[in-house]
Amino acid sequence: MVKLANAEQMLEKKATRAAYGETLAELASEGLPIVAVDADLTGSTTTKKFAEAGNADRLFNVGIAEQNMIDVAAGLSLTGNIAFTGSFAVFGTGRTYDQIRNTVVYSKLDVKIAPTHAGISVGPDGGSHQMLEDVSLMRGLPGMNVFVPADFAAAKAALRLAAKTPGPAYVRMGRASVPAVYAPGVELELGRAYVIREGADCTIVANGVEIAEANKAAEMLAEEGISVEVIDAFCVKPLDGETIMGSLAKTGCAVVAEEHAVYGGLCSAVAELVAQEGPCPLEFVAVRDTFGKSGEFDELLEYFHLDAASIVEAVKKAIARK
Amino acid sequence: MALQDAQARAQAIRHDIIEMVHEAGSGHPGGSLSCTDIMAALYFGGVLKHDPSNPKDPERDIFIMSKGHAAPALYATLAEAGYFPKEELMTLRKLGTRLQGHPDSNLLPCVEVSTGSLGQGLSIAAGVAAGFKLDGKPNATFTIMGDGECQEGQVWEAATFAAHQKLGKLIAIVDLNDLQIDGHTHDVCQTGSLGEKFAAFGWEVHEVNGHDIEDLIELLGSLKESSTDAPKMVIAKTVKGKGVSFMEDQAGWHGKAPNDEQTAAALAEIEGEAR
Repeated sequence: MVKLANAEQMLEKKATRAAYGETLAELASEGLPIVAVDADLTGSTTTKKFAEAGNADRLFNVGIAEQNMIDVAAGLSLTGNIAFTGSFAVFGTGRTYDQIRNTVVYSKLDVKIAPTHAGISVGPDGGSHQMLEDVSLMRGLPGMNVFVPADFAAAKAALRLAAKTPGPAYVRMGRASVPAVYAPGVELELGRAYVIREGADCTIVANGVEIAEANKAAEMLAEEGISVEVIDAFCVKPLDGETIMGSLAKTGCAVVAEEHAVYGGLCSAVAELVAQEGPCPLEFVAVRDTFGKSGEFDELLEYFHLDAASIVEAVKKAIARK
Repeated sequence: MALQDAQARAQAIRHDIIEMVHEAGSGHPGGSLSCTDIMAALYFGGVLKHDPSNPKDPERDIFIMSKGHAAPALYATLAEAGYFPKEELMTLRKLGTRLQGHPDSNLLPCVEVSTGSLGQGLSIAAGVAAGFKLDGKPNATFTIMGDGECQEGQVWEAATFAAHQKLGKLIAIVDLNDLQIDGHTHDVCQTGSLGEKFAAFGWEVHEVNGHDIEDLIELLGSLKESSTDAPKMVIAKTVKGKGVSFMEDQAGWHGKAPNDEQTAAALAEIEGEAR
């Protein structure tokens, strides 16, 4: 079993974005030819930390020009570098979709799309900045690896995995501080999902910030005598069908939870899997056909029914449908 | 010698462009013919450092065909240089071919990067030039763009970046044929003076007749040797469809294959010029 945070470590809350610059600096110090390209957000994305760790010449700030950011990274990869791109998820994937599709992924370049401030975690900035379709966009690209890490340690592991896996990858990071799920130094593998809590009555397949909510929901349900299994599907693509179907064979139903639109992301990936390999009741905890809106992250979790209480409701519904 | 070779190669490339587009039944002859002499100058005039027997030579210069629809010109040039057999040109656009309608660098590794979505090549080339500069390497980076392509906003993002980063070994060439799919560029959405615009962005700008191979070789060669910090822009005035009189300056020949009769006439004209 993957190493989880202990009770003390769980109290430490940190944003996944905080892992970015720090991890790039570590990878560079290990001898990997890392370069970062950012678009006037080096402080927010933390790529500045990468520069400050002796890599000033390896951080390229293109200014407010995200399309150029992606293709400059493509060019840097052509000369042997592993290039990471920054910006907020809404600009780093939405505005740049064509550059990612037609240059980076079509050419299978060593460019890692790793924006921060994904989903509702960007809070008060509102719907224009709350990217809820990025996983869908990236998952649709042929051969793209898609990672949605749950906490700081997982974000570090996902960034390391992206750097060490040839070809393009997407690493989704957020702005909100989230409790530690994994022990520091955890390593995550490509194409693996991790059972982080065992249970018998229902499976919760989640990723990103929804892992913390799923864990809370599991505690709440346990008090009512309902036992749930929690799976971290940090790797949305390639999806670990074996682990997920293995769990469903035991529990007979599932809730899929993600801080993303219900379309095209983890909910869709699990639905596609389950439809083909063994139909069973599925409930979704995700954003339903709407843009985000201004508010604090915790308020928005509740408003968009992404909080632990909503997962509890969904689990009960799924169990009732068995 | 290099000049005569490049001139002969240009005629061979034109010949191949017509034959392959005719065989494919679709494709882009106009914009391929307009950049043919530039390609010949680069690959056969001693400008671009490259080695067909070692396509990934780390000492090579990198060329990026930003106007990816000129794939026939790129393929004909690469085959002419010996990167792959010329017979393969006749597979253009057919199921199973390595010669996709727009260049695919995975299928055809002598193509540096896949292109086809306009406006991206200058950014990619700037990234390559930045990579060479980061490593302290002298390699040059070349790209050919269309003048219509300069309507894409990303071109100007790249122009700003390249000047800021002082990418003096980046040499971009605009194949200025004043035509795009819907008509003359100055009628569709005029780009104004591209030379003045790039100069205002901090580029060193040169103008050249894009069909004078001797001038092209001399200019591009000198720019490669230049040690100034400014990225280099070559505004190459060209004629779309150059070398086939009925295709010249006709928007209709942007993306259309010639029929049998037109092909015979075109090849006769190209071969006549070669004599």
